[in-house]
Amino acid sequence: MAEPPASLETLTEQFGPHPAYTPPGGWQDESRHPAERLVKTHCCFCGQQCGIQLKVRENRVIGFEPWEEFPFNRGMLCPKGVKRYLQGNHPDRLLDPLLRTPQGFRAATWDEALDYTIHRLQEIQAKYGKDSVAVYGGASLISEKSYLVGKFARVALGTRHVDYNGRLCMVSAGVAYKLAFGVDRSPLPWSDIPKAQVVLVAGANVAECAPITTDYLWRCRDAGGKLIVVDPRMTPITRNADIYLPVRPGTDLALYLGMLHVIVRDGLVKREFVDTHTSGFEQVEGSARAWDPRTAAEKTGVPPEAIERAARLFARADRAIALHARGVEHQSKGVENCLALINLCLATGNIGREGAGCAMITGQGNGQGGREHGQKCDQLPGQRQINDPEARAHVAKVWGITPEEIPQAGYSAVEIMEAIHRGEIKALLSACFNPIVSLPDGNFTREALSKLEFFGVIDFFLSETAHFADVVYAGSLQEEEEGICCTAEGRVVHIQKAVDPPGNARPDTWIYCELAKRLGKSKYFPYASSREIYDELREASRGGHADYYGITYEKIDRQMGVFWPCPSLEHPGTPRLFEGGRSFHPDGKCRFLVTEWRESGDLIAEDYPVYLTTGRVVSQYLSGTQTRRIGALVDQYPEPRVEIHPRLAQQHGIADGDWVTVTTRRSEITLRAMVVRTIRPDTVFIPYHWPGKRSANQLTHRTLDPRSKIPEFKVSACRLRKAEKAPDWAGKNRAPSPGKKGAA
Amino acid sequence: MFGYEFYVDPSRCIGCQSCVNACEECETHRGHSMINFDFIDRPESTATAAYVCWHCEEPTCAMVCPADAIKKGEDGIVQSSLKPRCVGCSNCVLACPFGIPKIFPELEQMLKCDMCYDRTSAGKRPMCATVCPSQALAYVRPEEVARRREKPNNVFHFGKQRVVTKVQMMVPESTPVISIDVIDYIWEEAHAVLPQPQ
Repeated sequence: MAEPPASLETLTEQFGPHPAYTPPGGWQDESRHPAERLVKTHCCFCGQQCGIQLKVRENRVIGFEPWEEFPFNRGMLCPKGVKRYLQGNHPDRLLDPLLRTPQGFRAATWDEALDYTIHRLQEIQAKYGKDSVAVYGGASLISEKSYLVGKFARVALGTRHVDYNGRLCMVSAGVAYKLAFGVDRSPLPWSDIPKAQVVLVAGANVAECAPITTDYLWRCRDAGGKLIVVDPRMTPITRNADIYLPVRPGTDLALYLGMLHVIVRDGLVKREFVDTHTSGFEQVEGSARAWDPRTAAEKTGVPPEAIERAARLFARADRAIALHARGVEHQSKGVENCLALINLCLATGNIGREGAGCAMITGQGNGQGGREHGQKCDQLPGQRQINDPEARAHVAKVWGITPEEIPQAGYSAVEIMEAIHRGEIKALLSACFNPIVSLPDGNFTREALSKLEFFGVIDFFLSETAHFADVVYAGSLQEEEEGICCTAEGRVVHIQKAVDPPGNARPDTWIYCELAKRLGKSKYFPYASSREIYDELREASRGGHADYYGITYEKIDRQMGVFWPCPSLEHPGTPRLFEGGRSFHPDGKCRFLVTEWRESGDLIAEDYPVYLTTGRVVSQYLSGTQTRRIGALVDQYPEPRVEIHPRLAQQHGIADGDWVTVTTRRSEITLRAMVVRTIRPDTVFIPYHWPGKRSANQLTHRTLDPRSKIPEFKVSACRLRKAEKAPDWAGKNRAPSPGKKGAA
Repeated sequence: MFGYEFYVDPSRCIGCQSCVNACEECETHRGHSMINFDFIDRPESTATAAYVCWHCEEPTCAMVCPADAIKKGEDGIVQSSLKPRCVGCSNCVLACPFGIPKIFPELEQMLKCDMCYDRTSAGKRPMCATVCPSQALAYVRPEEVARRREKPNNVFHFGKQRVVTKVQMMVPESTPVISIDVIDYIWEEAHAVLPQPQ
């Protein structure tokens, strides 16, 4: 509709984020009123989905207890997991639907909120066509919810434009794995990691973004395994690396081509494996010829000797694993980067065996599951392609419609925002997504959101994006609905409902079903429980690559998770894919694919001579909608800082703690400097969890990988200068904590 | 828990502070974290270290306590100060060679890590060691820790004070004794300090 109805300060005062420090009733309350029960469920704050037990009393989550029997994390939790319980009973929690008024937001009844929504959506669709409405979902939603997002968009609204914030996560890896192996899943269970002789960690800040995976790496080292770390920053795990390759941002592909060059040149290719189980090696071998270590070194800034050593160490191991994450995926050649790592594994025979292979470390809470069942713009449930007639026929049958009624592929997440900006899409219904913080080029996102004729947001807290909404539907936290998630390993886990949504907040699934009902589509959304949605999901996925048919809630509980594919009730699940070197392609071969070098979308130039890269800190999760409301997590890293190497800092007269202005071709930001020797001198780093003037994504650009449509968050060109004064927000940016322990 | 020991390994620490956050969730002292956590020298390195109380065989904190408020149990655990006795004088805070005890002014008492006595006596591992994502803090059987690269050591030298602890420090295999003071590497004390003019 327009800009938010009130200033950021006013809305923040009213809706937070306010940091909560203590459990309901205060620190001592539990000793007087102990928990009534422990609910075995999972942490919501990353793709590892650690097992955790929530303490519950009188429909409130009051604390946690480690769940040591759950095999993935065996009780381990990062600080986000430890404090996750504080998001329940939070003073900022939305307890009623909200309607925008000229003065701000007011509480509304559900009938008001839903009827108004339907009225507006129907009006807009009648005027501009079905596809003028888009739907955003999120990869932190449980799979039942994300399944409904896709079905709601296609069946209830009839729009082809549905996509999700997983588009900002690991989609480059997804595309690469589909191309190489025919399926999008990490091929190995994490229990393989300690069994490897060499682990290559490529663009993955494991210690901060997947902390529990650290233990797997350390156990690998205990057994004599070697660790190779590729990152422009010395992340915490790098201290124990045997080889550290400080790659220049955006040049990972050159490094892996250089390594492949050495492997080919030195005769380290596992020819028998390549001949038997793969196709396309000759072309890839040829393409690596130009990438001798010196050429690769010139691109990457990594010494040629180090490239040689890394290549030989990786290739000479009997069992090697390449783990990768956003560092390689968040690039305009993200798919190529992943393919290059897959090529290394295939050339060295590392796939489909214990302790060998490649894997993406999926980031979001349900990052794996959320991309399997139909909220991606080009997919239907079961990881089926939407343009595949057989897939359409199967899903249409499950949904009770004709295949023709299923729209074709729509725009991806960033493309939807661009279509809003140019006026093609007029209305947006969003859940679990905070694009004003998380999409690149934040000012563009702001302009786009201001142009929407209708914007509805399902959320449990009022995110900064929801400030732009016409209607906010008070939804549910992960622990307020039963369901499933799929972890980074490909393990489907059971999310137990611990409590009901508070006040007049409602389960997200209820909100979609009510909207569908009011659109006259209730017969397609007849669910009385999560289980009914899940049973339909199982049918919809049946026969697809991500086949969940044989996975029931009970089986998950019995087996402590079930790895898909699991095509029948008797099937035990599939922890490791491609056993015996067989891929999911019809010919069973794993495919080598040629990776062409190309430059990044935001080039370094004389006036923008420094690389900017963005990422996360351990105490915050994604756009911070939840974790910026948890006091202990806020205090641990209260504000974004710019990491700068002392050599670069010195050139600009910047000392640790000084205010620094970082400028890109789009915008500028002023933050405090953190002068550290743990980053390349040609690169600065800013974490992206904050909104407004502290948002790193004001600086980033909208260049997408042409295949995965992932934005190039990891490479921008910028310049620095010491700021003359502190920014306006300094010192008053955080809402005062309501009667809680003082913030740091 | 019988047969389990506590091991601290800073080389595994990733600085996530899960231990700091989890400790304050423990029921007996909820709201107060007993973990000592440090960024060693962040401008130079990502190195971090998290420590619990080392539970000395002969606890310095207890030796210097004027109120006899600090007790070591038969299990080797050095407890927080006894509330009726503690005078909040901070002797223990100043004397502990590891810097462990903390005075909580609002409680007028010294509290410290008691290795989660409430949990271990109920068959649960201490909270910090249970949650630690990198197992830099670990509460495991000795045979499990024997598989690690680093080896356990529990003898520390502070100047000429030799301290033997219940909690084990994981160190590279070639480090038989941990000392932070040059004096400990000098042949005899007589060679360490030259007579100074009065």
